[in-house]
Amino acid sequence: MSTVTAHVDEVHDDHGHHHHKETFVTKYIFSQDHKMIAKQYLILGVLVMGFIGIAMSLLMRMQLAWPGESFLVFDTFLGKWAPDGIMDADVYLALVTMHGTIMVFFVLTAGLSGTFSNLLIPLQIGARDMASGFLNMVSFWLFFVASVIMIFSLFIEAGPAAAGWTIYPPLSALPMAQPGSGMGMTLWLSSMAIFIASSLLGSLNYIVTVINLRTKGMSMTRLPLTIWAFFVTAIIGVISFPVLLSAALMLIMDRSFGTSFFLSDIFIQGEVLHYQGGSPVLYEHLFWFLGHPEVYIVLLPALGITSEVMSTNARKPIFGYRAMVASILAIAFLSTIVWGHHMFVSGMNPFLGSVFTFTTLLIAIPSAVKAFNYITTLWKGNLQLNPAMLFSIGLVSTFITGGLTGIILGDSTLDINVHDTYFVVAHFHLVMGISALYGLFAGVYHWFPKMFEGRMLNKNLGYVHFWVTAVCAYGVFFPMHFVGMAGVPRRYYQNTAFPMFDELADVQVLMTVFALIAGAAQLIFVANFVYSMFYGKQGGQNPWKSNTLEWTTPVEHMHGNWPGAIPEVHRWAYDYSKVDEDGEYIIPGQDYVPQVVPLQQDEEELNH
Amino acid sequence: MTTLLILVVLVLVAIAIWQMTKIFELSQLKTTSTEVATDSDNKYNGYLLFAFLIFIYGITIFSFWKYAKMLLPEAASEHGLDVDNLMLISMIIIFFVQTITQALLYYFGYKYRGEKGKKALFYADNDRLEFIWTIIPVIVLAGLILWGLYTWTNIMDINDDDDPLIIELYAQQFNWTARYAGDDNVLGGANVRLIDIDRANVMGLDEADTYSSDDVIVKELHLPVGRKVNFKMRSQDVLHSAFMPHFRAQMNVVPGMTTEFSFTPIYTTEEMREKPEVSDKVKRTNVIRAEKSASTGNVLDPWEFDFVLLCNKICGKSHYNMQMKIIVETEEEYNAWLAKQQTFQETMASSAQ
Repeated sequence: MSTVTAHVDEVHDDHGHHHHKETFVTKYIFSQDHKMIAKQYLILGVLVMGFIGIAMSLLMRMQLAWPGESFLVFDTFLGKWAPDGIMDADVYLALVTMHGTIMVFFVLTAGLSGTFSNLLIPLQIGARDMASGFLNMVSFWLFFVASVIMIFSLFIEAGPAAAGWTIYPPLSALPMAQPGSGMGMTLWLSSMAIFIASSLLGSLNYIVTVINLRTKGMSMTRLPLTIWAFFVTAIIGVISFPVLLSAALMLIMDRSFGTSFFLSDIFIQGEVLHYQGGSPVLYEHLFWFLGHPEVYIVLLPALGITSEVMSTNARKPIFGYRAMVASILAIAFLSTIVWGHHMFVSGMNPFLGSVFTFTTLLIAIPSAVKAFNYITTLWKGNLQLNPAMLFSIGLVSTFITGGLTGIILGDSTLDINVHDTYFVVAHFHLVMGISALYGLFAGVYHWFPKMFEGRMLNKNLGYVHFWVTAVCAYGVFFPMHFVGMAGVPRRYYQNTAFPMFDELADVQVLMTVFALIAGAAQLIFVANFVYSMFYGKQGGQNPWKSNTLEWTTPVEHMHGNWPGAIPEVHRWAYDYSKVDEDGEYIIPGQDYVPQVVPLQQDEEELNH
Repeated sequence: MTTLLILVVLVLVAIAIWQMTKIFELSQLKTTSTEVATDSDNKYNGYLLFAFLIFIYGITIFSFWKYAKMLLPEAASEHGLDVDNLMLISMIIIFFVQTITQALLYYFGYKYRGEKGKKALFYADNDRLEFIWTIIPVIVLAGLILWGLYTWTNIMDINDDDDPLIIELYAQQFNWTARYAGDDNVLGGANVRLIDIDRANVMGLDEADTYSSDDVIVKELHLPVGRKVNFKMRSQDVLHSAFMPHFRAQMNVVPGMTTEFSFTPIYTTEEMREKPEVSDKVKRTNVIRAEKSASTGNVLDPWEFDFVLLCNKICGKSHYNMQMKIIVETEEEYNAWLAKQQTFQETMASSAQ
């Protein structure tokens, strides 16, 4: 431990001369400070990319509710792809694809993990910065380049990638199969390759930092659950993202160099292609080997944030700390062996389907444990219903609702008839989309003062934001299950070609109205965010009366986080409302005991 | 110009929101000066949490009341009945769990809303409780897994028992073709490299293969009721998925390999049309279609129920309209229909002339 401290002190000494040399460029652009990088991720990943991704979904919802109708917004944003304001079928598929890609990878992977792993890992484990500030900076700028390429692809002649966010070949491999599979797909693949490099650099940094740079006394079993979640998320990322990279490389070779990894026996546009012996099913295996862990890469950080926010605001320890850690580990392990449940009807051997049904339903067990533990954490608490707390409760709610339908989809028998219908769309939007967004919002409301030097988001706007979003999220996605069970396939430009779907048109309109209101509600958040960044009220050093280390740092940001020595940790992070034998708080008059407070006389350490 | 207009509107909306916040803040000055929840925030949001629980139950009941009748009708295939049973049981379980857990979550949120001076209970662990809620999901899920796997294995066991009808489903952007194996009930060999559009050999059948000469290629799927059908599926270009929702049947169609699915239809199209849930749906739909025709001037034909095969894997521009009609009929009707179709040999002979 002494080497760690020595190293850390050295960093601190360095900080002296850095401070004087700091220019605008080193402070705000090519910054190596984890707090600044976190803010960069938040603004690019969440605000910019999130805005684009959500706006795309609103355009799609409008097309689904009023198919073939002419809209000024279509004309404005889609231009030649919406002649006379009527959306074209190709651009609908492009929107589907780009919405999925941007939301899953850019917003919920980079935006969520990038922001909070960077902000909280050093602050909550008691480190001066990430293990490598330079790699951290490179990681962000690679993400920036990936984002620029992805957005640039929206503006090219033939349109962006349009084969679905899963880009299954041969559709994605053959430019003659659809316009989006030309230049658009090339840019998509390049962008993702760079994105994966960025994600790997980030993840390796997080792992090394958590293992090596914990402060004195911060044993693994005293880590806040946020850190456990970020740590395990980074490990899953390191295991699974390289597999997506290899799939992307093979696809690039099939597209450009005539190999046949994924293609065979194809006759298209009046001619036979030379490809022989490849299999699209192989691509599906490679894609979902990342694709499924990706769901947990998105979700685990949100669950980690919820654990921390919920415990702080309930003024109670998180219930079953060890069970929570075990659940995170179990989910992480199982997440790498369930990918086949996306492929029950892909044509793979049905026996494999049986195996994946088994592993998939197993993953419901740790998920159920987590949900029950959250509910028990609320029981007999003294709930401070701050916006962050409301979003955390909302997360548990959508996690349960969306998770339960996973029991249907994970069962190969039942999957046959709901596979690729709107039932799936409703399921994953609730369980990973909305839940992860709620986790993200909870994190932003909770740690905004840490990011912006003590300034706080306006709580009343936060309440409006939460309640409108919560009502609309269920308003969109609950009826959507019924649309799916009526047999409506996803990724249909319009459902008018099937009279059996005619009477569902009303449901589509209802969902779209809720979606538009929800979209508008996010503008309240953006306004609150921008306003509070400059004019938010000061909340002081520890506005939520929290135990974790980040609230012991000065309000004013500084390189190295703590002005003096790094604080030593003496207890776990969840000593809220802990009482002694006489029923008095450990620290009289204060219902929380920060991690830096040594054990009191006769106090028993109760970290479960 | 319109872009500018929209930008101006957006800016104005932003200013409006900013001003509204300001007004809001000014009006709040007297009461609070903190962004941390106060007792009154806790009180109102506690009530709202309880109201939200009622909203969730409400939207559930509303959806069932309004939309449950729109769901797919009773399964029209033998294995589909098993699928529906398992679905029903699973749904009952998940709705039971959903109702209870959401109630606990939001009720606790309401009941234990914060107040100054209230003491939360330091309650960090309870092994027995955690054991209980680990073991209950284990048992329930084990039951569902076993039942599901048993059904799955039966459905996916595609064999030649009971003299199945062999039909090839052939997918291409953006239509379906069906090939019947003919009198010998064996499909002739085929490969995309043998496609000869000029000679109308659009599915690439091997003309030298004697099994292919009696094959029948059609654009409408006719199935005799009560006879097992084994589908062999082939795609010539990209991935497609053969989705027959009324039969609880779906399988992807993959270029370069043959995929399979098998089911036995148990109702003819006529019998299906007479089912009350189906005829009600048709009536409702035709009212909607008539209204739409009247309001848009674009005349939509009245709908008559038919089984349908949809494409359910994104395949390009017209993915949303890649369909084929399925007609289930009696054995005699089926035989009469099949007798009227040209065999592959006859088609090739007539195109050669």
